[in-house]
Amino acid sequence: MTAVPISWYLTLSAILFVLGVAGFLFRHNIITVFMSIELMLNAVNLSFVTFSYQYKQVNGHLFTFFVMVVAAAEAAVGLAIILTVFKNRSTLNIDEVDSMKN
Amino acid sequence: MDVILFLIFAIIAVVAAINVVVQTHPISSAVSLIGVMGSLAILYLLLGAEFIAAAQVIVYAGAVMVLFIFVIMLLNAGAESKRGRSYMVQVLGVPLLIALLGLLAFFVERLFPRTVSVHFGGFQGGTARAIGQALFTTYLLPFEVTSLLILIAILGAIVLARKEMD
Repeated sequence: MTAVPISWYLTLSAILFVLGVAGFLFRHNIITVFMSIELMLNAVNLSFVTFSYQYKQVNGHLFTFFVMVVAAAEAAVGLAIILTVFKNRSTLNIDEVDSMKN
Repeated sequence: MDVILFLIFAIIAVVAAINVVVQTHPISSAVSLIGVMGSLAILYLLLGAEFIAAAQVIVYAGAVMVLFIFVIMLLNAGAESKRGRSYMVQVLGVPLLIALLGLLAFFVERLFPRTVSVHFGGFQGGTARAIGQALFTTYLLPFEVTSLLILIAILGAIVLARKEMD
């Protein structure tokens, strides 16, 4: 047995995605929540590259490339938003940023 | 050899991802996330995606995570407190997540039979040449739109993060 079944890669991708969802739901620090989103994006990238291998086409790599570009733009804007939130409220706890709640 | 390499880096990725979720200090989470991204780059290499592996290391593990760590140090973020978790999240959160994982794994196992398997060198189309060719012919319009998106993101980040000029 020298080859890895393709479902192993997809299952690893599912595990990483679920861990990202767990971090997104359970954490209170806004930076850690943001990192969980990056983890989910990475999990989806892995499944794109795996599908690209399965169908022997390069399209999945292109999708991964675009996801990376969008993630970099999102990280820049998101961290700027976090800086602004911290400047205005001096907290990083997402439970305390609730002025739209009531 | 393929199985051994896959298992080593898959286990590193999963352990580091669990570490991202359970660490209380953001810096520890960030360093663990760099571990996830590095091992994913090795897995991309095993899948024959050499350009994507290089881009993963440079863009994600390099640029994005340095930005994260820079912001964490700039804000002097400390460990978060444990309190304030709602009752429903405590009771339902973990079972629902395990159900989601089980559902995903079930569909993966049903939809992808074990006849298709990955071995190193089985797909040679992931070179920078092939990706560049597809990027500048088939995906030319999305590529140009991406440059516009990055321009907007730069302007947005500058507007959000600058000091208020009255």
